Amino acid sequence: MKLDVGGKEVFAYTANHELDPAKRTVVFVHGAGLDHSWFGLQSRYFGYHGWNVLAVDLPGHGRSEGPPLTAVPAMADWLVKLLGAAKIERVSLVGHSMGTLVALDCAARHPALVERVALIATAQPMKVSDAFLDAAKRNSYDAFDMSTIWGHAPQVPLGGNPNPGMWMYGDTQARLERLAPGVLYADLKASNDYVFPGGVKRPVLFILGKRDVMTPPRAAKTLQEQIPGAQTVLIDFSGHSLMAEAPDATLDALIKFLQP
Amino acid sequence: MAGPKYPGFDTLALHAGQSPDPATGARAVPIYQTTSYVFRDTEHAASLFNMERAGHVYSRISNPTVAVLEERIAALEGGVGAIATASGQAALHLAIATLMDAGSHIVASGSLYGGSHNLLAYTLKRFGIATTFVNPREPDAWKRAIRPETRLLFGETLGNPGLDVLDIPAVAEIAHGIKVPLLVDATFTTPYLMRPFALGADLLYHSATKFLGGHGVAIGGVLVDSGRFDWDASGKFATLTEAYAGFHNMDFAEESGTRAFLLRARREGLRDFGACMAPMTAFQILQGVETLHLRMPRHVESTRTIVKFLAAHPAVAKVIYPELAEHPDHELCKKLLPKGAGAVFSFEIKGGRPAGKAFIEALRVFSHLANVGDAKSLVIHPATTTHYRMSDEDLKKAGITAGTVRLSIGLEDAQDLIDDLDRALKVSQK
Repeated sequence: MKLDVGGKEVFAYTANHELDPAKRTVVFVHGAGLDHSWFGLQSRYFGYHGWNVLAVDLPGHGRSEGPPLTAVPAMADWLVKLLGAAKIERVSLVGHSMGTLVALDCAARHPALVERVALIATAQPMKVSDAFLDAAKRNSYDAFDMSTIWGHAPQVPLGGNPNPGMWMYGDTQARLERLAPGVLYADLKASNDYVFPGGVKRPVLFILGKRDVMTPPRAAKTLQEQIPGAQTVLIDFSGHSLMAEAPDATLDALIKFLQP
Repeated sequence: MAGPKYPGFDTLALHAGQSPDPATGARAVPIYQTTSYVFRDTEHAASLFNMERAGHVYSRISNPTVAVLEERIAALEGGVGAIATASGQAALHLAIATLMDAGSHIVASGSLYGGSHNLLAYTLKRFGIATTFVNPREPDAWKRAIRPETRLLFGETLGNPGLDVLDIPAVAEIAHGIKVPLLVDATFTTPYLMRPFALGADLLYHSATKFLGGHGVAIGGVLVDSGRFDWDASGKFATLTEAYAGFHNMDFAEESGTRAFLLRARREGLRDFGACMAPMTAFQILQGVETLHLRMPRHVESTRTIVKFLAAHPAVAKVIYPELAEHPDHELCKKLLPKGAGAVFSFEIKGGRPAGKAFIEALRVFSHLANVGDAKSLVIHPATTTHYRMSDEDLKKAGITAGTVRLSIGLEDAQDLIDDLDRALKVSQK
């Protein structure tokens, strides 16, 4: 669906359903340089299983008008405005990578809006290497290569894709190539600069890939310590792109957490 | 690049798309010779049918062995994914049927495989899809042929049988200028010799029967999407950007901008037309793909040797191969095909049709048949076989005469091939 947020036209995927005030709502927030379709299978499942789904395209991504936002708190505030535009008052948040920071910030500063938070591939701090940031700042294709290769488990180019016939590296590259110059850098810098304020009181689930190169499970330890009682699901063989590399395991973890 | 690196072509040719089988540890790609797949429960079944979970439902739509081939070719081509089909012709039909409806129009190179020409000129015309054929070497001809209802530009990376080198960057620019994709048949070049997506093509397909398999034991095709064409921005492809009543009102471009074409092609084209690839076929073609990087250099090396021999032979009027300086696309060939112009080429024998007949019947190592890209060397007379339905005018446009002979150079000892050709040429001139 298209929404007006701050005078800009933005897009949120609803799995082909009208929003229903009687239903619970789950919001999916994508990672750096990506869009709503990164959650394709998972968002579609919830949309067809009794939930309102809003898989958003952050400004400057997918079908949402730019420019990109340059700080995680600004993305969280934007998300709150989007929910207002959609007339949604309470949501569960599912974030991936940079989207986990947006979800955490939203839950910390707007607790009345948030029921539960699922963090797929996260870290705090979410340190981005100087080489990666520099390449993105120069709008060099090297940044797309780093995002593609580090964004998947090392075995991905030599292994099979659970989604028949798809080549995960190629799909990631094609998505990144659609970005306007500067968008990936804005995302990476926002992720790199963000400091989690703490104070999240809602149930939190960590879904982490054992072979994640970008945000390895150990990089989530500080965050896990800041959120007592958080649950963790470690997924074998998956790298950073858990929704594509381990779609069923990721979905099963979300179903168990969001539909207790 | 300062950071990590991608696996090389040779490694992808052997590994992409397959992990050792988790159930048995089998290193080779298992042949999943099954029509269907047991659902865990009714909920799982519903989720698979509705694209909420990844997996297989029915082998007409997808199959684990076929999926390995699809992913491997997509990896070698640099695409987002692929769909394997019953033949190269099925891949061409699937591409067109996914993109357009009756009333649409295609601009195509006039130098096409006869089967493709038939599909476009006669068969699709019956279903309301018209095609204008143009000289692929004339950019203005492509532009002049464009109509408001044009939805696709189409050519072969190396035209058949005149070996026209398609100027992909130039034709892609024309296509993108009117917001339609460029589809290329990359059969003759394979991803080893050319990667059309890097040059600007949006979609490509192979007759996998040819060099990808290389052994001549299986018929198949593979359709690959670059994922780079912006269907939303084009606004000309309702099949991809509007709700499809045949699949839960899915708007494929909304589901995924990069996967929209393949989603529709699989969920509609394979489902409804049914021209899928059999798992045994996929396994057989995979055996060929695993040695593509070893075979293609040898094919090219032997072809160059034989082209040189024929160009100097007194019974030969003309050799048509883009690496020759007199070929009209010689400079373009150097630019687009630096690793070689493939292993299929044509020559004109002196003495016309009777000489051609005598030549072919005198060959001992070359096999006279309707195929190319085999490990074994092949020969055919296009005017009486692959292109026999074409009018004289269309034959001329495609660069074919009554004396044209097409060779596909295999992996035999090159000197044995030269001896065979030399003997047959001498017979032809008696």
